[in-house]
Amino acid sequence: MEAIDKKTILIADDDQDFRLQLRIQLEGAGFEVLAAGGRLEAEALLQERHIDLAIVDLMMEEVDGGFALCHRIKRKDPSIPVILVTAVTSETGLEFDAATKEERSWVKADALVDKPVRFEQLTREIDRLLGENA
Amino acid sequence: MMDPLHILVVDDEAGMRQGMVRALRDFHVRLPDVEGETGFVTQVAETGEQALEMIERQTPDILLLDHKLPGISGLDVLDHITQREDKMVTVMVTAYASLDTAVTAIKRGAYDFLAKPFTPEELRAVVTKAGGSLILARHARQLAEDKKRIRFQFISVLAHELKSPLSAIEGYLQLLRDPSVRDDDATCSHVVERCVVRSVGMRKMIRDLLDLTALESGQKVREVQDLDLETIARAAVENVAAEAAERGIDIEIDIATLVPLRGDPWEIQTLLNNLVSNAVKYNRDGGRVALHVSRDDGKVTVQVADTGIGMTAEETARLFSDFARIKNEKTRDILGSGLGLSTVRKVCALYGGDVTVESEPGVGSTFTAVLNVPPV
Repeated sequence: MEAIDKKTILIADDDQDFRLQLRIQLEGAGFEVLAAGGRLEAEALLQERHIDLAIVDLMMEEVDGGFALCHRIKRKDPSIPVILVTAVTSETGLEFDAATKEERSWVKADALVDKPVRFEQLTREIDRLLGENA
Repeated sequence: MMDPLHILVVDDEAGMRQGMVRALRDFHVRLPDVEGETGFVTQVAETGEQALEMIERQTPDILLLDHKLPGISGLDVLDHITQREDKMVTVMVTAYASLDTAVTAIKRGAYDFLAKPFTPEELRAVVTKAGGSLILARHARQLAEDKKRIRFQFISVLAHELKSPLSAIEGYLQLLRDPSVRDDDATCSHVVERCVVRSVGMRKMIRDLLDLTALESGQKVREVQDLDLETIARAAVENVAAEAAERGIDIEIDIATLVPLRGDPWEIQTLLNNLVSNAVKYNRDGGRVALHVSRDDGKVTVQVADTGIGMTAEETARLFSDFARIKNEKTRDILGSGLGLSTVRKVCALYGGDVTVESEPGVGSTFTAVLNVPPV
C-alpha cells in the first residue's frame, strides 16, 4: 500500500496577499504549504522542515533576497526544485531573461514564473518538477 | 570644457567665406553657465542647396546664413530648417543694411542678423550672443525634458501602486468563485477581510494623491485665517482613535495654551493628520504617541513622537520623496501610499518651514514640522 503522502511546498514572498492566495490554491490542490514572508523566516522553516519544492519571490526586502534563498535551498539539498517568481518585468520594465540553460544554472532556479502568476502555469511547473523528481 | 560649437557659414562669395572662417579661427569665448572657454569649428557652404545637404548630415549649432545666394535664397533655407526638430541658432547675413530682410528673417525663426559690411569683432560679437542663446535654449529644453521624465515616472509608479491592491482583490474574488473556498468559513472570512483591507488602503492612497495634487496644482483656493490648532490636533487624533484603541496605543496631546497660527485649515489639518496617522501606523502595539505643539520666535513647531519601529539614517534620508516607502521586515505588512510625508513637506514649504525626523531603529521616530508665522 502506498501511503498518501502530501508533498510540502515552501512559499517565500513578502506580499501577504500573494502568499495567502497561493496557499489557498495549493492546499486546494492537495499540497501542504509552509509560508514565509521573508528570507530569514524561510531559512528558519528550511532548518526545521522537509520540503519538496519551493516557490521563491525574487525581490523580497533585500533586492537579491530571492537569489540568496534559492542558493541556500540548493546548498541544503540540490534536488529540491525551486520556482523563482519575479515581478521584475512588470515592475521595472526590465527584461529578466533566463531563457538559456546557462542563465538558469546561474540563478540556481529550476523555473522562472512572471508575476502576475497564472495559477495553471504554476501548477504545470510544479507537476513537471515534482514529476521529474519522483 | 564644452566641445567646440559647430558653425556653418553659407555664402557664395569666396572672400567672404574665407574672411569669416579666419575671424572665427582660434576664437574662444566664455558662455553663460559653461565651464571654461568654448571654441568653434567652422565649415562652409557655397549655396543654400549645399548648406541643406550639410545640415542633413550634421546639424551645426550656429548657422551664419547669407541672404542672397545663387540658387535658393537664405530665407528659403531658413524655412527648411525651422521645420526641423533639432534646434540650431541662425544668424542671417544681409548684403546691405536692409531692415526689411532682417525683420522677415527673424519672423521666420532667425535669431539675429548681421549687416554687411561687418568687422571681425562684429562677427565675433554676434556669434558670442548666438552661442549664449544656444546654451540657454539647451538648458531650457533639458529642464522641460527632466520635468516630463519625472512626471512619467510619477505616473508609472502611481499606476503600479494602484494596480497592486486591485490585483490582490481580483485574485481573492477569483478564489471566491470556487465553491470549496466559499464553503470554508475560516478561509472565506480571511479572504473577505483582506479584500476590505486592500480596498481601504487603495481609497486612502487615492485620498493622499488628491491631497498632493491639490497642493501642487495651485488650483485650490487657499483660505488663510486664524486657526485653532487644538481643534485641528484633536481632529487628527480622533481620525486614528479607533486603530490606536484597537492596538492599545496611547496618544497624548500637549498644546501650549493659545498657539495662534494663521493658515489654511485644510493644509494644517492634512499636515497633522499625516504625522499622527504615521505615528500610529508605524508604532508597536501598546506604544505611545506624543503630539506637542508650541510657539516661539514667530515659529510654530509641531512635534510628533512615536515609540515605533524607527528607521536607520539611510532610510530617513529618502523618506520625504514621493512614493518613498521603507521596505523591510517590520514594514512588510503595513500598507501606505508613500505620499503622506511628501505632502507634509510640501505643506511646510508653503509656510516657509520644513519637516525633519530623528529616529532610532526599534526605539521610535520624532517628526518635527516647523512653520513660520508672520508677526501678528
